[in-house]
Amino acid sequence: MLTLIWLIPILPLAGVAINGLLGRRLPKAAVGLIGCGVILASLLLSVGAVVELAKLPADARHFETSLGTWMPLGELAPGGAGVTIDWGFALDPLSAVMILVVTGVGFLIHVYSVGYMEHEEGFARFFVYINLFMSMMLTLVLGSNLLVTFVGWEGVGLCSYLLIGFFYDRPFDERTGLSCADAGRKAFLVNRIGDFAFVIGMLYLITTFGTLEYRGVAEAIEAGAGGHALLVAVGILLFIGACGKSAQIPLYVWLPDAMAGPTPVSALIHAATMVTAGVYMVTRMSTLYVHAPEAMAVIGLVGAATAIFAATMGITATDIKKVLAYSTVSQLGYMFAAAGVGAWTAAIFHLMTHAFFKALLFLGAGSVIHGQHGEQDITRMGELRVKLPVTFATFVTGALAIAGIFPLAGFFSKDEILWGAFSSGHRVIWLMLALAAGLTAFYMFRLTFLVFYGRYRGDYHAFEHAHESPKSMTVPLMVLAALSVIGGWIGVPAALTRGADVNLFHHWLAPAVASGAHEAAEGAAHGAGTELSLMALALAVALVGIGAAWVIYRRRRGLADSIAAAFRPVYILWRNLYWVDELYEAAVIRPFYAVSRFSAGFDKWVIDGLVNLSAILTDIVGQLLKLFQTGYVRNYALLFLMGVVVVLLFLATV
Amino acid sequence: MIDPRLVLLVSAALFAVGVAGVLTRRGAITILMCVELMLNAGNLAFITFARLFDGPEAQIYVFFVMTLAAAEAAAGLAIVIALFRLRGTTDVDEINLLKW
Repeated sequence: MLTLIWLIPILPLAGVAINGLLGRRLPKAAVGLIGCGVILASLLLSVGAVVELAKLPADARHFETSLGTWMPLGELAPGGAGVTIDWGFALDPLSAVMILVVTGVGFLIHVYSVGYMEHEEGFARFFVYINLFMSMMLTLVLGSNLLVTFVGWEGVGLCSYLLIGFFYDRPFDERTGLSCADAGRKAFLVNRIGDFAFVIGMLYLITTFGTLEYRGVAEAIEAGAGGHALLVAVGILLFIGACGKSAQIPLYVWLPDAMAGPTPVSALIHAATMVTAGVYMVTRMSTLYVHAPEAMAVIGLVGAATAIFAATMGITATDIKKVLAYSTVSQLGYMFAAAGVGAWTAAIFHLMTHAFFKALLFLGAGSVIHGQHGEQDITRMGELRVKLPVTFATFVTGALAIAGIFPLAGFFSKDEILWGAFSSGHRVIWLMLALAAGLTAFYMFRLTFLVFYGRYRGDYHAFEHAHESPKSMTVPLMVLAALSVIGGWIGVPAALTRGADVNLFHHWLAPAVASGAHEAAEGAAHGAGTELSLMALALAVALVGIGAAWVIYRRRRGLADSIAAAFRPVYILWRNLYWVDELYEAAVIRPFYAVSRFSAGFDKWVIDGLVNLSAILTDIVGQLLKLFQTGYVRNYALLFLMGVVVVLLFLATV
Repeated sequence: MIDPRLVLLVSAALFAVGVAGVLTRRGAITILMCVELMLNAGNLAFITFARLFDGPEAQIYVFFVMTLAAAEAAAGLAIVIALFRLRGTTDVDEINLLKW
């Protein structure tokens, strides 16, 4: 089945073709069945391929196949070797994890969408876009070279744009006056900035190494090719690309607005899969980063800063999906911080567990919204655990998992990141991440308490009519809840098992990533005792966060308001999201508009003016010459005669 | 033999009369007749040179011109008749549509 891996990204395209061409005429059931069916086929094929891969010895777990040459580029340097770029696909432990997460979580979200989108316009259109997204995402992770990855990278960006703007005729954000279509454009444009750097990074790579194959580049770097400065530059350029896609400072602004899309989209694209593409790509290039420690330092700091910065904005958000969006930005920061300290496996581990519990949380939020006919404001919710028991139970599971409570998935992955940061000597990053962990626990349980506990604060009738979602939505929730519980058990650290090495995930992924100088596994040298006490500390921080949320939002009503009043400047700062959007508006968008207006004026008055001037001159000459055309044959004859006389005189004189 | 210069002079005079007629007369038929005059002035000059240089070429040209003149008269008169039917006049000053 390994030779068929190219089919994994192609299969969803079949769904795109069928639903795209016939979707309007097919019944909804058929559209849903086709949409989910093609993803199931991809999932089964992925499982088959990965099982086959796992049968190989650890060192041989790398399979590549090519669909043919894409670009024969010839010699890039005079006398250099010919460069070609293939439609190459590769399956190794890293892409294996990714395709399983993408197709697995993707399939559950497709099933959920059948229920969630049932009453919406454009049911078939939704499945066309989301199937196309799956195809592009799988291309991204399976590509054996950067350019095929980039095709997927841009493809998922396109689908993200299409799906954020899915309700293109609806308004979205009252504070900024954004419509859903605007939110889509914003996401697309912010991503262009990152992609610009990504492309420059790729150009550096291909001109230096003559290949974009991940393997070829890694081998060349290990052999010592490419200067140190170049590697750092490329590393940072690629990371800027990752910043755009994975919503890191300073390019995170699009992700909160991406919540304009339907909730399954937020779960699939803007939480579980697409936004993790940056983490995947950075991990893919781990060999390069290990040789460019400065770039890694940048990644670590940006990641840790994003983790804590986004968490603070999550505390004051009142839109259920925006809280989760800031949480996603924060958790992505976690993953980058892990990559920045060299804990590659921890980054991917957290990517996987995050895909489980964040998809779960988003789908739970979708169920809450669906059950109340579109209400998203958590200040107008409450008491919903009575009406939505399944959603409540699964949502709390997800919240516990993301908060990092033992033994749920988030505990293991978050702990591995914290330990990676601590053991590699990045104490500052460790401290920031630990603090962010506390904030995460706090805002997640603030959300839980406000939505599910207390009195219902919205319209009484809305509460009366609130209902649990259909089976097609609750079953995926339950499956994801189960994954959020057990998903972490494949990466149990040795410190918890008295030294027995049962960290399956680490061993699985190890051959695919560069052995960083500070892998978390070398924790044994630092002593399991330290690791255990750090674990206890992280757990305590999470419990403190939950406890604080409980006290503020359950125990002492009104405390939240008085705290907000006491720290009014901070509250205003967070409520207004640090005015980052306004800052960008003033620093980037307005100057850009000014330049654009100037260019438009230049084009209109100078460039067009020259063209118009030549036209005007021609017109004037014509106006003068037409006076000779009187319509009297005699005049013409006379002119003709005069012409003949002139010619004859000329001939006579020569 | 007559002095060819005299004959050429007659030819030039005939041509001048034709040109003056074309430029000054208003009637389309008169103008056509003046064109015939100019053509025949040319013919006269051709014949003169044919005699002068003792060769057949110029005489051949004369036959061409005569054929052409006949064709021109036929086409020209047809146009004039058509014009007259359309506009009720053969005054060329009345027919000045081909202008700005």
